[in-house]
Amino acid sequence: MFGYIVRRLIAGVLVLIAVSMMVFAIFFYGPNDPALAYCPESRCTPQRLDNLRHNLGLDRPAPQQYVEYMSGLVKSRHIESGGISIDCNWPCLGVSFKYRVSVFHYLWDRFPATFSVAAGGAICFLIIGLFSGIFAARRRGTMADKAIVSTSLFINAIPYYLLALLAYLYLVQGLGLFPETGYHSPFKDGPFKFVGGLALPWLMLGIAYSTQYARFSRGAMVDALNEDYVRTARAKGLMERVVVRRHALRAAIVPVVTIFGLDFAYLLAGTLFTEKIFGIQGMGLAGLDAVQRTDLPMISAYTLISAAFIVVANIVVDILYSVIDPRVRLA
Amino acid sequence: MTESEVAQQSAEQPTPGIVPAANRTVSSGRRAILSVTDLKKYFPVKSSGLIRRTVGYVQAVDGVSFEVAEGSALGLVGESGCGKSTTGRLITRLYDPTSGSMMFEGKDLAKLSAKAMTPMRKEIQMIFQDPYSSLNPRHTVGTIVGTPLRVHKVVPEKQVLTRVRELLEVVGLNPEHYNRYPNEFSGGQRQRIGIARALALQPKLLVADEPVSALDVSIQAQVVNLLRDVQNEFNIAFLFIAHDLAVVRHFCPEIAVMYLGKIVEIGERESVYNHAHHPYTQALLSASPDVKQAAIGGRRERIRLEGDVPSPINPPSGCRFRTRCWLAQDICAKQEPPLLQIGKTHKVACHFAAELGNHPAKPITAPLLGTDDQGNHAPGSSPVEFSTNPGYDETWFDLKTKTFGNR
Amino acid sequence: MTQTNEPAPQTGTGGLSEPTDGAATDPFLVVEDLTVKFPTADGLVQAVTGLSYSVEQGKTLGIVGESGSGKSVSSLAVMGLHDAKRTQMSGSIRVGGKEVLGLANDKMRRIRGREVAMIFQDPLTALHPFYKVGAQISEAYRAHHDVSKSVARTKAIEMLDRVGIPQARTRVDDYPHQFSGGMRQRAMIAMALVNDPSLVIADEPTTALDVTVQAQILDLLQELQKDFNSAIIIITHDLGVVAEMADDVMVMYAGRAVEFGSTRQILTHPEMPYTWGLLSSVPDVTADPEARLIPIKGNPPSLLKPPTGCAFHPRCPHMDKVPGNLCKTTLPELTPGEHGEGHVKRCHLPDPSAIYVQEILPEIAPDLVEMTINDQFPQKTGTGLVGDSPSDDALPKER
Repeated sequence: MFGYIVRRLIAGVLVLIAVSMMVFAIFFYGPNDPALAYCPESRCTPQRLDNLRHNLGLDRPAPQQYVEYMSGLVKSRHIESGGISIDCNWPCLGVSFKYRVSVFHYLWDRFPATFSVAAGGAICFLIIGLFSGIFAARRRGTMADKAIVSTSLFINAIPYYLLALLAYLYLVQGLGLFPETGYHSPFKDGPFKFVGGLALPWLMLGIAYSTQYARFSRGAMVDALNEDYVRTARAKGLMERVVVRRHALRAAIVPVVTIFGLDFAYLLAGTLFTEKIFGIQGMGLAGLDAVQRTDLPMISAYTLISAAFIVVANIVVDILYSVIDPRVRLA
Repeated sequence: MTESEVAQQSAEQPTPGIVPAANRTVSSGRRAILSVTDLKKYFPVKSSGLIRRTVGYVQAVDGVSFEVAEGSALGLVGESGCGKSTTGRLITRLYDPTSGSMMFEGKDLAKLSAKAMTPMRKEIQMIFQDPYSSLNPRHTVGTIVGTPLRVHKVVPEKQVLTRVRELLEVVGLNPEHYNRYPNEFSGGQRQRIGIARALALQPKLLVADEPVSALDVSIQAQVVNLLRDVQNEFNIAFLFIAHDLAVVRHFCPEIAVMYLGKIVEIGERESVYNHAHHPYTQALLSASPDVKQAAIGGRRERIRLEGDVPSPINPPSGCRFRTRCWLAQDICAKQEPPLLQIGKTHKVACHFAAELGNHPAKPITAPLLGTDDQGNHAPGSSPVEFSTNPGYDETWFDLKTKTFGNR
Repeated sequence: MTQTNEPAPQTGTGGLSEPTDGAATDPFLVVEDLTVKFPTADGLVQAVTGLSYSVEQGKTLGIVGESGSGKSVSSLAVMGLHDAKRTQMSGSIRVGGKEVLGLANDKMRRIRGREVAMIFQDPLTALHPFYKVGAQISEAYRAHHDVSKSVARTKAIEMLDRVGIPQARTRVDDYPHQFSGGMRQRAMIAMALVNDPSLVIADEPTTALDVTVQAQILDLLQELQKDFNSAIIIITHDLGVVAEMADDVMVMYAGRAVEFGSTRQILTHPEMPYTWGLLSSVPDVTADPEARLIPIKGNPPSLLKPPTGCAFHPRCPHMDKVPGNLCKTTLPELTPGEHGEGHVKRCHLPDPSAIYVQEILPEIAPDLVEMTINDQFPQKTGTGLVGDSPSDDALPKER
């Protein structure tokens, strides 16, 4: 098990290095000249552009620049950026063209907001999705089952941004059923403000994501209920409640864990629409902002961090597998 | 007769195993179409830990040799994990062998590249056990049976359908059903479709991997009879893989019994079924239920083997069957019994080979292996060389006189 | 379909029964006129129609038939394992004198596993892969006994030991995948017997196992039956298994019983062409190897639209011997056979014994013709086959 985790971590690091190289290649060979970002359009002479390039170290060979870029992962750097020099503390993924601060720390500051949205949303969609899925599976073919499946398909057909936007406009702006949304630190501003600001985003994420979890867990549960060992459990004379929970659900949860792991990783990387619509200053919004402003160091850092989440989520899912299913041996 | 005398005497005999292949005969006297020698397939087992080293091998097939004669059939029988299916998959090159040779039509299938193997696939076809999972549910029967014809360009495109209909008729299906899907057929009919697909390329050898095990009893007989008809009509050689000695008996003039990757007994049907010399074969025969005997109240004692087949990762030393064998003595753990030819067309790998009830108290193989009766190496005696060649030699070891000779 | 409630002949050893008025020992299980139908998108599947039989304590009934004959469906009905919402059932099933058909799930639960237990075909899929073998056995025990986990665990170890699992004390904490196929089926048997049920239904208990292990499991079942004195229903397609295990045999085809009798009657004097077909198509290690197997032509019928009259008529080679169109139009009643009490068959054929002796037997076992005509069979049949110590020292003894 230990060897397996170490091997997977090494493989994960290799993936991240590959991602960083690609990100760097886009940065370096992409259509946007980073120097232009520092060069005011009105007074940008070729001479000045060259100076900037030299200043930023862009005229040095690519491998050298890459090594320098990556060195930020092990030590603090001192970056000359557009004439001024900026301290970039470890871990350093570069300095934002726009804000002139370490991009990693800029994004990291926004992580609590994103994490709160993701975790709360995940709890909502897991509860709604699993309960309705299992409920439907146990009443397969009945009206209740059909109602759940068609409701989930109907919600799925509405674009998420539309659903969230309408909810915001009607429930917050119009009816005032929910307080103004946004992220408030539970430590500084108190838990009530924290929950109040995020309640609607959580609910919206819960509804939107739960549709696929409902259908997925319904399918897994229908399969599990048809398994021979569930029939054995019934034949033993166990109570139906025990049969469903201890025997069928335990098996049905395995495939759900897989998609949940990846979904949660994506959520951690930032839920763009949610943050934008509900005005939450999270990582997704920062990423969007960086794209709009061609803030290349920010985009690269954002991509790398997202990739890291997905790599870690995959490892966690595989470890969870072995915990749930004793046949899976991590060797 | 002392041991050294035996050794001396056997040394005077022509050493078995050096007879040129051309002089060998298969049981039926027909030319061998497939000749497998010392075939091995080891699957690596990896360690856990940081660096995954190969710590062992699953010895799925460990040195089997046999021949299949043109238009004849060899039955490969054994329980789960004995390597019979792996052998079938090696011959069709669904797996690459670890070592050994598989001569077919003058070519060694074991050494052919994937590309060179392509034309050979026309000659060797396979029928699978499960008629439900081996047919693509989204293809019509016409497509399933016609695809091999198109891939190998056996007939012009225009004639594919005509040929498909002919094939469906051969296997006893309505030729007009070519545009139906597999789920519209019953298990027995699906197996017929699988057979039609295998026949499409007019193969010379058919590897049938448990072709009737998944079928109902009344349907099993239909399919076995169909395979017989097909064999007679098209002169196809069969490698018939099964766990059931009774089915094989009705199809194969020659039988090989496998246990944990090795052939323990091989020979003509009559010798193996009526004069089984290996305790495992005897146990298999006695374990297979006998309706007619039971009906009349006839008593047939059942041999009770203990436990299950051991893991092929760490097979028992010496004779692999010894952990479940009631005859096992010290020598069985120390020396692997050679596959010894004991009749014109009968080989057996047992230190105590004999018919049921007549097993000798002392190992018959000790003098040949150059050991004492406990399997320890006897100083001064030299072991006889045993061949791993397929087929049968002109001379063999006579169990009564304990010498090599022929009659 | 014109289906009348048939007068099922009464038999001595727990046969196709009608309500016995004041019999000395009431059979433990009595099934009467059981009909099971499944509504599907394609129509109503008539899985079991008008089935009646009974099993006494300590006896073994073999139910033989092919897939789709209704043999498994009928026993799942006895266990109450059909989903009431998706099944239409009628008739009567009495377990220990109590009607269980239509019983509320909560009441049925108390019978399941305690009075009637079941052993399934494939122990690999029938055991839960995520739970330890011992835990699954103690769970079965605790479902019917109010005991602590450690008491149940001790019971599980005791049962594993009883069914011949070596080192039961340590293997109790293994997962099913760590057991071999034979051991898994032993564990399954331990689980079925842990509550000392009066009836055990074994659904193809050896089909998924290796040949040499099959014999071990059949031996074990017989041995345990002696100890626990339970009734056994063994469902199988394998007449060989029936020959070794059963006291009585019921042959099923297309959801109905088509022949019933003692094992000896069915195997030595079968009177129904379907039973003949089953006997002839079984390959045998002693028969003439060059002889062709004699299959039953055609395929099992669809239960959505079973054939009219006798369901077997489209596959029956003896229709020409029945006058008129009787086979196609009229469902034969279960009528007494010609060899002894309790033997019944559902067939229009006149004088089936003669046909069997003259046409069938010479094909499949010519050496038995003489014996069959004179009925000179040794008395020992069925369960008597196994277990007596071999006189020959060369044979292995059970250790």
